[in-house]
Amino acid sequence: MSTSTRTKIFPSAAAALDGVVRDGMTLMCGGFGLCGIPEKLILALRDSRVRNLTVVSNNAGIDGAGLGLLLESRQIRKMISSYVGENKEFERQYLAGELELEFNPQGTLAERIRAGGAGIYAFFTRTGAGTVVAEGKETREVDGEVYVLEKGLTADVALVKAWKGDAEGNLVYRKTARNFNPNMATAGRITIAEVEEIVPVGNLDPDQIHTPGIYVQRLVCGAPYEKRIEKRTVTRRPEGSHAVVS
Amino acid sequence: MPWSREDLAARAARELRDGFYVNLGIGIPTLVANYIPAGMHVMLQSENGLLGIGPFPFEGEEDPDLINAGKQTVTALPSSAYFSSADSFAMIRGGHIDLAILGAMEVAENGDLANWMVPGKVVKGMGGAMDLVAGVPRVVVVMEHVSKDGAPKFKRRCELPLTGTNVVDVLITDWAVFERADRHAPFRLLETAPGVTRAHLREKTPAHYLD
Repeated sequence: MSTSTRTKIFPSAAAALDGVVRDGMTLMCGGFGLCGIPEKLILALRDSRVRNLTVVSNNAGIDGAGLGLLLESRQIRKMISSYVGENKEFERQYLAGELELEFNPQGTLAERIRAGGAGIYAFFTRTGAGTVVAEGKETREVDGEVYVLEKGLTADVALVKAWKGDAEGNLVYRKTARNFNPNMATAGRITIAEVEEIVPVGNLDPDQIHTPGIYVQRLVCGAPYEKRIEKRTVTRRPEGSHAVVS
Repeated sequence: MPWSREDLAARAARELRDGFYVNLGIGIPTLVANYIPAGMHVMLQSENGLLGIGPFPFEGEEDPDLINAGKQTVTALPSSAYFSSADSFAMIRGGHIDLAILGAMEVAENGDLANWMVPGKVVKGMGGAMDLVAGVPRVVVVMEHVSKDGAPKFKRRCELPLTGTNVVDVLITDWAVFERADRHAPFRLLETAPGVTRAHLREKTPAHYLD
């Protein structure tokens, strides 16, 4: 995908999506809740009006934010997720039979994406053995333990969010906004990364890069960021450092 | 008097050991963090990619990039580490987490656990619960002994769709504590809440257990 004469940097999220998104495609979308979601690429995807998308994402956003926007615009046909709790529109479409849903255990989802990106066709895991997750899948008993065969997962396009990136596509994430992003970056046939800041090549320490640029085909700076907080939880001052959970 | 939520969290905290890496589920299990004994070193893991969960932030210091698996804003510790979701579940599935404390809808006498789905009701998903019970060597469940309508939740067999088979080691309810020596052994009654008689407990517990 990469050539020495073409830049990976695109001027806008819309430009970064141009020519690679189409109806019916499979898309991965990074983030955990609203933390570390590619919020600008999601907006651009909504504006692109592509439809019938299969979206692989741990969650489905909330009403009015994240993937919730693409649910409201009816662009998603199927979700592959581990938890979709905080979305009324999702619930409505699902109960009305308008939306297909495949639940994967969160670790199985993460490992399917990792395996897909790493060229591992499938793997055996104990997760889900003896539950509905194993139904219709090959299982194998080894040394007295039952394992479920789970297939690797790839996508036509992966949309990820990082903190900093450079023109080579090297990415660094920030805190728990990392989550599924580096795994999905490896599993997209085309990976589009949005970052808060594009820094000059040489600025990122090669020892500290989380996603090497080989996995990233397109890069866009999405600043400024909204970064909505889903569940603001605080400790009252000035009692010191011990949290009281309520 | 059945135990309160705080009592349950305090009792569950007694399952912690110095040096443990622990994953706490959402709800009462999260409260266990408030009862870690002073001087005991316990590292809390959050499956969204944080080892070493700190206290909730002071107002005005919330960071949208720093949350726990319940999506609450948290802080990190000087000793914390961040990692990807695949790395997080490698830790969990690979048996590197010593203890998981989870909530439940039903537990069976054979250690089966159901905590993610009620047929006919809206299903939100299993999140990381199936991976945790499949990979963590010691699983402590905290739940009410009976449901809101009085139905027993510690049963001969789970009726709800399972989260995992033969995965529960310790069951702490608001009426009693049960434990089993290993995953082949039956549950044994360890303690009862003040005012809960053994006869009453027996009556409201379809599961077989040793007294």
